Amino acid sequence: MSGHFTSHFPESGSVDQSDQSTSIDETTVAELRELAGRYPQPRSALLPMLHLVQSVDGRVSPRGIEVCADILGITTAQVSGVATFYTMYKRRPAGKHHVGVCTTALCAVMGGDALLERAKKRLGIDENQTTPDGQVSLERLECNAACDFAPVMMVNWEFFDNMDPAKTDELLDSLMADEEVVSPRGAALTSWKEAERVLAGFPDGRADEGPSAGDASLLGLGIAADNNWSAPEADAKPAAETPEAAK
Amino acid sequence: MTDMLTPVLSSQWGQDKSWKLARYEATGGYRALRTALDMQPADVVGLVKNANLRGRGGAGFPTGMKWSFVPQDNPNPKYLVVNADESEPGTCKDIPLMMATPHTLVEGVIISAYAINAHTAFIYCRGEVLHVIRRLQQAVREAYAAGYLGRNILGTGYDLDIIVHAGAGAYICGEETALLDSLEGRRGQPRLRPPFPAVAGLYASPTVINNVESIASVPSIVANGADWFKSMGSEKSSGFTIYSLSGHVKRPGQFEAPMGITMRQLLELSGGMRDGHTLKFFTPGGSSTPILTDEHLDTPLDYEGMAGAGSMLGTKALQVFDDTTSVVRTTLRFVEFYKHESCGKCTPCREGSWWLVQLLMKFEAGTAEEGDVDKLLDICDNIGGRSFCALADGAVACVTSAVRHFRSEFEQGYHTPARELFPYEKSALFAAEGDR
Repeated sequence: MSGHFTSHFPESGSVDQSDQSTSIDETTVAELRELAGRYPQPRSALLPMLHLVQSVDGRVSPRGIEVCADILGITTAQVSGVATFYTMYKRRPAGKHHVGVCTTALCAVMGGDALLERAKKRLGIDENQTTPDGQVSLERLECNAACDFAPVMMVNWEFFDNMDPAKTDELLDSLMADEEVVSPRGAALTSWKEAERVLAGFPDGRADEGPSAGDASLLGLGIAADNNWSAPEADAKPAAETPEAAK
Repeated sequence: MTDMLTPVLSSQWGQDKSWKLARYEATGGYRALRTALDMQPADVVGLVKNANLRGRGGAGFPTGMKWSFVPQDNPNPKYLVVNADESEPGTCKDIPLMMATPHTLVEGVIISAYAINAHTAFIYCRGEVLHVIRRLQQAVREAYAAGYLGRNILGTGYDLDIIVHAGAGAYICGEETALLDSLEGRRGQPRLRPPFPAVAGLYASPTVINNVESIASVPSIVANGADWFKSMGSEKSSGFTIYSLSGHVKRPGQFEAPMGITMRQLLELSGGMRDGHTLKFFTPGGSSTPILTDEHLDTPLDYEGMAGAGSMLGTKALQVFDDTTSVVRTTLRFVEFYKHESCGKCTPCREGSWWLVQLLMKFEAGTAEEGDVDKLLDICDNIGGRSFCALADGAVACVTSAVRHFRSEFEQGYHTPARELFPYEKSALFAAEGDR
């Protein structure tokens, strides 16, 4: 036990004001305005807008907060309040690739704890840190809705299912070496910043990559086919009205 | 008798390019939409009411009844919001559905929005699932291009826009009023009810919020009828649903079955427990539902069956843990989740979940003190039912149910570390150094 007496996500306070750097330009501002225009009320676009800020600045930057506040006509404090509530918004630059290891109970028990420790050693960084070359950042994840594929890791919010130590090493080494990596249930990896752009609402044309489903998702379907099981025909009657139930 | 498994929503998941519009249409997709648009909106509500479709997101509230609460004389726009923020630990059914067949959801959204006279609908999907969001975005684009969305849909005069909205990492946004705050561009914090969202939801306008699986079930009900739906399951828990089995079973996965299948049947389908091990406990519907043990193997996994066993059907997320597992360790992890995800609005939840973690860490380390089990229950007593939303109740349920079934194991935490009692490496699927 690592004595995790502190929070898993110990950062508190506002975004990092000491780093004022930004790559937000007129194009970004125009795209932020476009997002605001997609909703019945502009402020609804704030979450996508912050995703877009991250896709440009690699974090929620002070400039990004100002621009969002300006476009939506709200205060920077209101934008900061939102930016610091959600875990996907980073207050310091994430890596080119952002790696998450699920350590909620089921994944933890099935090996997620061990994988997180292994990843830290392999990358030489702690949770919520980025490798010195900016290539990979690491965080501990809460349940990512893939429990039938436990233990689960995510890279740039793409699934990496049924992980083990060897697969973890291979994945991390490839990311560090900047080699192409394909999610077993998704597309060829882009960068975390490019992923953030898709989440903001600007598709990248990769929806047709990858399979329909993973094996675990298809398990019941396969068993049903093997046994000739199916849903009833359209004229089926409620169970309570069948002769069997009347007995 | 209906079959043991009844794939409806999952029936096309194995098809090549199952997420494409052409593929969906080739298997009858969007025919139900045409049927629904020929009906009066109120009749669609009546049909879903008659089918007794109950919410698949956890609470089990009848979907058609929820729709009927929308005051149609309210002058404000009506909104439909799909809760695709699937985050409850153990729950993993909506993500594969949206990945494999997003059009099932999109068709359900159009029919449901038509039923409540909404002209704008949102799919609020958790952000941490990039490829699912790609497929949703593309499905909506395809539906616009085919005339299923936009102005004058299929020449009926009905207009609808769908906005795919990515969240940003907050479990609490799966709570419907927190989701609405989040969708308004705010911190995701629950609202006090009343007013209920049906009356004053998004932008203080009448709003229906439904789970992905609930909405995706609607096209099949329109296509096949309420009687067909009720031919599966029981009178009070009708229809089919997706059960998600995870953990220490030979083959974890998704099983679409009539309501009321039992844990014993699901375990058999998944090949049983890992070799040489027995079932210790399981969550019937995610970590917020009280855990059950092998004494509940034959209890129907439906709304009434689970309530009768002192638990809840929840999201039908069956996380299975075998005899190698320390229940103290898993309870701590679950509560750490709730502590992290507590939005901080209500003091009992914000502070209480923190205290629970502190105490449970002592149990795990074997340094708890005599009487700390009662202290644990006492803290729970001061959290549950004392907060705005059900997150606090979920945090408490996993503790109180674990103590109820395994009190002596907690009492061993007065002197022995959990990992001495249950070496953690034995629970993992592989041997590795460095686990804590």
